[in-house]
Amino acid sequence: MRTCTLGTRHFSFRSLADLMAKATPHRSGDVLAGIAAVSAEERVAAQLLLADTPLTAFLEEPLVPYETDEVTRLVIDSHDATAFAPVRHMTVGQLREWLLSDLADGAALRAVAPGLTPEMAAAVSKVMRNQDLVLAASKIHNVSAFRTTIGLPGRLAVRLQPNHPTDDPKGVLASVIDGLAYGSGDACIGINPATDNLHAVTRLLHILDDVRTRYDIPTQSCVLTHVTTTIEAIAKGAPVDLVFQSIAGTQAANASFGVDLAMLAEGRAAALSLARGTRGDNVMYFETGQGSALSANAHHGVDQQTLEARAYGVARAFSPFLVNTVVGFIGPEYLYDGKQIIRAGLEDNFCGKLLGLPMGVDVCYTNHVEADQNDMDVLLTMLGVAGCAYIMGVPGADDIMLNYQSTSFHDALYLRRVLGLRPAPEFEKWLASVGFFDAGMRPSLADGAPLPLDLPPELADADTTDIPPGSTSCGGAA
Amino acid sequence: MTTRPDTRPDTPPSPVARGNAPVAEPAAASSPTALTLPSALTRDAWAALRAHTDARIALGRAGVSLPTAACLDFQLAHARARDAVHLPLAREELFADLRVLFAESGLPLLEARSRVRDRQEYLVRPDLGRRLDDASAARLREAATNAATATPRANDTLFDLAIVIADGLSTAAIQRQAAPFLRAFLPLTAARGLALAPPCFVDMGRVAVGDEAGECLKARVVAVLIGERPGLSSPDSMGIYMTYAPCVGLTDERRNCISNIRPEGFPPAQAARTLDYLLGKALALGLSGVNLKDDQMLDGEAPTPIA
Repeated sequence: MRTCTLGTRHFSFRSLADLMAKATPHRSGDVLAGIAAVSAEERVAAQLLLADTPLTAFLEEPLVPYETDEVTRLVIDSHDATAFAPVRHMTVGQLREWLLSDLADGAALRAVAPGLTPEMAAAVSKVMRNQDLVLAASKIHNVSAFRTTIGLPGRLAVRLQPNHPTDDPKGVLASVIDGLAYGSGDACIGINPATDNLHAVTRLLHILDDVRTRYDIPTQSCVLTHVTTTIEAIAKGAPVDLVFQSIAGTQAANASFGVDLAMLAEGRAAALSLARGTRGDNVMYFETGQGSALSANAHHGVDQQTLEARAYGVARAFSPFLVNTVVGFIGPEYLYDGKQIIRAGLEDNFCGKLLGLPMGVDVCYTNHVEADQNDMDVLLTMLGVAGCAYIMGVPGADDIMLNYQSTSFHDALYLRRVLGLRPAPEFEKWLASVGFFDAGMRPSLADGAPLPLDLPPELADADTTDIPPGSTSCGGAA
Repeated sequence: MTTRPDTRPDTPPSPVARGNAPVAEPAAASSPTALTLPSALTRDAWAALRAHTDARIALGRAGVSLPTAACLDFQLAHARARDAVHLPLAREELFADLRVLFAESGLPLLEARSRVRDRQEYLVRPDLGRRLDDASAARLREAATNAATATPRANDTLFDLAIVIADGLSTAAIQRQAAPFLRAFLPLTAARGLALAPPCFVDMGRVAVGDEAGECLKARVVAVLIGERPGLSSPDSMGIYMTYAPCVGLTDERRNCISNIRPEGFPPAQAARTLDYLLGKALALGLSGVNLKDDQMLDGEAPTPIA
């Protein structure tokens, strides 16, 4: 029991999990779970108590039982006491001050990461304002590599997401060509398939691999299907670069996704056996999002943001290439409006980076949530400042398969331009060599200028009167 | 609801307008000294690729930003999708269609509701949308007993399949896709000789409400037809979730999903064949979800293992 008196009011919190939940900035998912603070003052009382809580409390009092949850066991058993030593004496509030101070530079933050648990990262984020989350995250650069290098300072990569409601090859390829022309695709070209059908997945894998090799694009592809389907595809010889899986912060929530840690390890081993990376061997692509554990009745009375951070604890055990929080995807029952989505996006980016991950954010919302493009512009811009490694690139921000709004190719160019960010170095060279962009990363195709590359054969029957085949240069386009 | 008018900058400029030639006609200036700037719009030459997808490709750009028309086109689509979330169901019309379809099998249409009181609560309380209210649960149990054939089945079940229809997040989806889907699907169940439970419509139900409905109806498998959340370009997509041995408390790894069911997406007749296939496998193997892999051959593909 932890208690606190503010003036004449007394507040008590029955456990560390209760304290964490009540200290969390207001969001609908914690209200739905029945664990949120009941008043604004109770929330601040919890934050005051949390700020005075020693970091070691999180090692002594697991929020989810060690005996019944393999994620807790992973976090506790892999905790690096040596890395933790420099901050071991701190409280949560003191950790905040250290993170914001000049003592915590990139090297110091990288060194301490293995000593911090997801619960510690979540706790400190709860006593940080949005600008604190941005400042601390902006100092951290977690780099991963496969055929491109992600997460370098001054760079912003984009996952080209050419989804199509029926996985139609032509529809997919049309979006791929559009995205490449707009400078997207350095994080990966990644499709959410309409089904988990092995043959459909395999066909998509070949389509993406063919387009990559045809244009010699330094990037990696991914079909975002269940890890077991990808393992089967690898066994049948399909060209798999990255292994995808949605993950969550408890064993039971992962079970609701049909996965466990051993299965993730099996997927990683299968991809590593192909040795397809040229710049590095980070082969996993994980997606997460606040609310997934509650949605699976697997939250153990722990708030959704802390469980999200625990999903990062899962991710970092597998040296991922990309981790992506799909922040506004599930709906208003977890994040009600633009304000809550913005806060959650900044928390996730911060916690993921603090724990050592190459974090991307799917800046997104659905049509039944109180949010619009203006909210997404705010989050997108703040994430750019916070050094988010990559975002999504969806044609016109409208995903016609998943029925939600994400960020567009144009949004990515906006962010690169206002903040002076550049694509991943390997991809940047390619964009200039093909003629889509000049050396200063300004789009170089003039009004109506033809594509500087041949269309793939699947699209060759398109009306090409304005797209001369064989054209290999953007000519005098300025 | 109509289709979105295509207000995107359309055709690329004619060949003569290429190169360095100014694209915009100079406006008729009232003052001969007025300086007319060239158009700031850069159009994409690959607009023809739009024939292959509804995705918003080849939008062109102003600097690196969206052209005005594309920007406002998006706003219009978002406004329509927002409105679709709150569109009330035309119940009588839908129920009349459904009654006719099920009358051929001699089945009455049951009406039920979840524990949600109104649309606003539906959005923020999925836990209530996953459960039937007490009266509905009792009504389903009673209807199952009354309608059951004399043959008891495995695990104390009375039927092979229960069809549950829920409005979900798009009433338009159920309004438009449920009947065409069932028209294609019901003959397939008859061909398999399946015993169908009385079909049931659940007001303000979530996917998992089918677990309780299927349990009350004592069905071996439940298939939930539900309005998916409206997309910008598809405010009327229906999804189907199939679950073997439905009971309260199951989670998503136990389900198989068919999504984007609408004529422009996954056509209802094709979805009917897919559900029939999955249903056959689920009944044969006694399971559903991630362990039931959809390994159907693709249309036009040779039935040989992939190399």
